[in-house]
Amino acid sequence: MGFALVAGIGIERATKVFARTTAIKGISLDIKDGEFMVLLGPSGCGKTTLLRCVAGLEHLDDGRITIGDRDVTDLAPRHRGIAMVFQSYAVFPHMTVEDNIGFGLRMHRRPKAEITRRVAEGAELLGLTSLLARYPAQLSGGQRQRVAVARALVMDAPVLLMDEPLSNLDALLRLQARADLKRLHKEVKRTTIYVTHDQVEAMSMGDRIAVMREGSIEQVGAPMEIYDRPASQFVGGFIGSPPMNFLRGSVRAGSFEGDGFAFPISRVPPKVDGRGLLLGVRAEHLRIGDQGVPARISVVEPLGDHALVTALVGKTPIKVQAPIDVRAKPDDDVRLAFDESKARWMDAETGAAL
Amino acid sequence: MRARAERFLPFALLLPAVAFLALLIVIPMIQALILAVIAEGGGFTLEHFERMAGDVNFSDAWRNTLLLLILIVPLQIVLALVMALLINSRFRGHGFFLYVYAIPLAISDLAAGILWLAVFTERGYLNSSLQGAGLIQQPILFLSFENLPGILTAIVVAESWRATAIVLLILIAGLQLIPRDFFEAADVFGAGRFRRTIHVVLPLLRPSLQSALIIRTIFAFQTFAVVFALAGRNMPVLAGEAYVWYAANRNEHLAAAYAVLLLGLTIVATVVYLRVLGLREAEVAR
Ligand SMILES: Nc1ncnc2c1ncn2[C@@H]1O[C@H](COP(=O)(O)OP(=O)(O)OP(=O)(O)O)[C@@H](O)[C@H]1O
Ligand SMILES: [Mg+2]
Repeated sequence: MGFALVAGIGIERATKVFARTTAIKGISLDIKDGEFMVLLGPSGCGKTTLLRCVAGLEHLDDGRITIGDRDVTDLAPRHRGIAMVFQSYAVFPHMTVEDNIGFGLRMHRRPKAEITRRVAEGAELLGLTSLLARYPAQLSGGQRQRVAVARALVMDAPVLLMDEPLSNLDALLRLQARADLKRLHKEVKRTTIYVTHDQVEAMSMGDRIAVMREGSIEQVGAPMEIYDRPASQFVGGFIGSPPMNFLRGSVRAGSFEGDGFAFPISRVPPKVDGRGLLLGVRAEHLRIGDQGVPARISVVEPLGDHALVTALVGKTPIKVQAPIDVRAKPDDDVRLAFDESKARWMDAETGAAL
Repeated sequence: MRARAERFLPFALLLPAVAFLALLIVIPMIQALILAVIAEGGGFTLEHFERMAGDVNFSDAWRNTLLLLILIVPLQIVLALVMALLINSRFRGHGFFLYVYAIPLAISDLAAGILWLAVFTERGYLNSSLQGAGLIQQPILFLSFENLPGILTAIVVAESWRATAIVLLILIAGLQLIPRDFFEAADVFGAGRFRRTIHVVLPLLRPSLQSALIIRTIFAFQTFAVVFALAGRNMPVLAGEAYVWYAANRNEHLAAAYAVLLLGLTIVATVVYLRVLGLREAEVAR
């Protein structure tokens, strides 16, 4: 297609202002050539807007975007070398599935034989082969979404942008499609930006994840890095199921004290005496036993391979991942032990990790 | 009690419109149909249609009506489409153009005809401008009965000026119904402005184009006041003949025959448009 083969994406201080909101607040992000970058964040945090800025569908109010070695900030979408899956699908209602999937190839004037071959491949991959002659109005929402994905995949654009491409598939199909997309990305290393608010999808697919919040990027990193070392209370609370537990308190003379609890700690972060702190601990790093922090069980939820126990430390509910044969019952007084090396200390004011 | 009221409510709400249509359209239509096939002394006859077909002006009126239709309708659709696409591209000041384009909507067709008469007559604005600019010595007789192309041009210009706006409004409304993502998807997947229009905008605009064509064609069959104002009877048209036979020659039967002919033509044209431009069932399954 005559696009650069090396196509890392550079986003520099990108800002997008709508009438009432600043949807993107000076975001900078470098995506390496062939990297699979996931944008993750709650609804309304600006994921779609950032993706649309990269696509050229929104004009930046400030900042710069490069693809490969080209500055594309003022370039029309069709000249950027991208293919895209729209959050709303945008599958053309007046074309059959076949014509929809082949639309981009036709617009790029590819030979007929090649279009036919690639459309067949794309349809096969997304299980649309038997639906090629249908119109979108005759498809289910999930099928329409798969048409949108196929239409983008058959293009050989060096950059692939996907906005929640699997959101409308049932659980089984989604698992399958996730694996397929991952395998496909291994085969053809296209630089990919993948928007989702499903953290499992983000963890399993991303080379790196950018966690967004209110128009800014809160943390960028490899999935396990983000999981193990969240840069803020927001990230820790957003990633993981259940989310990270937080205890609010302050350190005095080797003891962590808060509303209704106080327990000794050995690894105190430097220069924090007297300051408001948050102690973040993940459910799977807590053990119920007869040593550690006193707590009272409030709820026990058996979940098949483990039980999710909610215990009150002082007045704060804490989630604990316990073995399924745990003997805890509501109102039992127990103790919670945790591995201090896996805990995260955060500033209670800013939420930033220390 | 309530369920019953709710069942009848729609009918009650439709009633005024139905009464209005029946009184002003259906009843006159039936009257015209009856008039067209009733002999002076009573009894069924086709003599009015025979007389209509044999009239000196009939073949001219027929030809002129079709000629105007063929000249005006495509021209207006293309003009309105270009204008609608321009306005829909939201360039700066597009709102102003929309208002300017819509002004002729507020003017009656006879007034429009007279307005353009003032432009095209021997001492009209056009001739005086051309003379003033030194482009011509003698005024040109645009509207003389010997100058058929001149008359036609004047009528086409006047009609286009007067009635393109309604087509424009229908198309703009249609364009605004198309979600913007379709334009965006077309752009992302490599279609420039022109191919975006051909492959995405026009096909999605089909329902509105259909309405616009039907309305415009019906109006074109009924073209009359503008023609009358500009050309008098130098340029007979079918609707004009109906008027002349009714008002001047006081033959309501012959006037009705013309009206029925126009009704038939209108129905045929509408059916053709619905067939050719209609959405396939598969596209609107939901
Ligand atoms: N065209 C627009 N005009 C005005 N405000 C907009 C527009 N598009 C988005 N916004 C606002 O910008 C913010 C970010 O929206 P965006 O669509 O990027 O969120 P998102 O992260 O994709 O959310 P979701 O997960 O729900 O899709 C929101 O507050 C939204 O209301
Ligand atoms: Mg979104």
